[in-house]
Amino acid sequence: MFDWIQHIADWLVYSVFNLNTNQHLAKALNFFIYDSIKILILLFVVIFFMGIVNSYFPIDKVRSYLSKNKLYGLEYLLASLFGVVTPFCSCSSVPLFIGFVRGGIPLGVTFAFLITSPLVNEVAVGLFIGLFGVKTTLIYVISGVLLGTISGIILQKLKLERFLTPWVKTVLADAQREQDLFQEEKLSLKQRLPIIWAEVLKILKGIIPYVLVGIAIGGLMHGYISEGFFERYMDKDNLFAVPIVTILAVPMYSNASGILPVVQVLVHKGIPLGTAIAFMMGVVGLSLPEAMLLKKVMTFKLIATFFGVVTLCIILSGYVFNIIL
Amino acid sequence: MSLAIKILGTGCPKCQSMVSIVQKVVKENNIDATVEKVEDIMEIMKYNIMTTPALVVNNEVTIKGRVPSGEEILALLN
Repeated sequence: MFDWIQHIADWLVYSVFNLNTNQHLAKALNFFIYDSIKILILLFVVIFFMGIVNSYFPIDKVRSYLSKNKLYGLEYLLASLFGVVTPFCSCSSVPLFIGFVRGGIPLGVTFAFLITSPLVNEVAVGLFIGLFGVKTTLIYVISGVLLGTISGIILQKLKLERFLTPWVKTVLADAQREQDLFQEEKLSLKQRLPIIWAEVLKILKGIIPYVLVGIAIGGLMHGYISEGFFERYMDKDNLFAVPIVTILAVPMYSNASGILPVVQVLVHKGIPLGTAIAFMMGVVGLSLPEAMLLKKVMTFKLIATFFGVVTLCIILSGYVFNIIL
Repeated sequence: MSLAIKILGTGCPKCQSMVSIVQKVVKENNIDATVEKVEDIMEIMKYNIMTTPALVVNNEVTIKGRVPSGEEILALLN
């Protein structure tokens, strides 16, 4: 499907720039051009598609649905799935949290949403397809959804309401299901498209520099690091690799755009995919800035429990990946 | 009558860009309005929104969760 991009890359590197096929520089440059074009196209498609889906499932509708319907345990899975189609900005996490709590949605269900939303987002999915292929992407998405669901159920079982900050407890006490007045915007797809389009361009503009730098670093590593280089340090049998990289990744904050292209090269050079996915989930799903924001609504103990449970689930899924992939 | 414009946001980059676009539109079109930035989360939650930034004109939430274009803001303010 992407052969034509390879032709463009080959033509540019070997004919226009007139580089020799054996040079490191040529290899790196070829890789950079091919990956950049392919990934930008895929990102565009995925972000646009998710934009359309999200336009019909705005967050208010999600809340309204989750708070009105009796779902017999399925609400965790649903909240997690809604998290996939909702674009996430860490600065919205607090209003989201309060909004859900106020709508009478249980804490665990709210967490399920909050965990999956950053973990499986349109940018990560677009990059994943471009870098690792459809099969690995599906595995990532499904495990991200399950991770949110399971963590949500565990967190609900821990009865954490008492560790909310006082003013949130007041909100919780006043929560009423009725006050939720959601009015759907009656817009045709034609009316929605300009808004979606503007959002797509804005997201792309924001991430393109990171993507390009990431691919450039990846390209250099691709040309200069020998195949299997990392296998010496991190083979599948090294049981400590997964927890170590996950714990390293949690405080890190990067939009997936910069880090994914580098990780792809690391996998290519011998790091097991499960270890790499655990690392990415740690980077994308949890971050120190998010923890700081959540301090307004949660006590330290609650944030620590939340991060602890999710980290544990990420480590477990890293092991599972290394076994099945 | 002077418009009371409020921008709700906890200080993320998107909220900053919303503020600067709104201020630009107000200034360029000589609109009689006060632009206030609301960063206090408890204050923000009174407007019952879940995504930031949000634009409030005369106590009515008009846009939430995205940064609008200059033209869109101008249309809302007129």
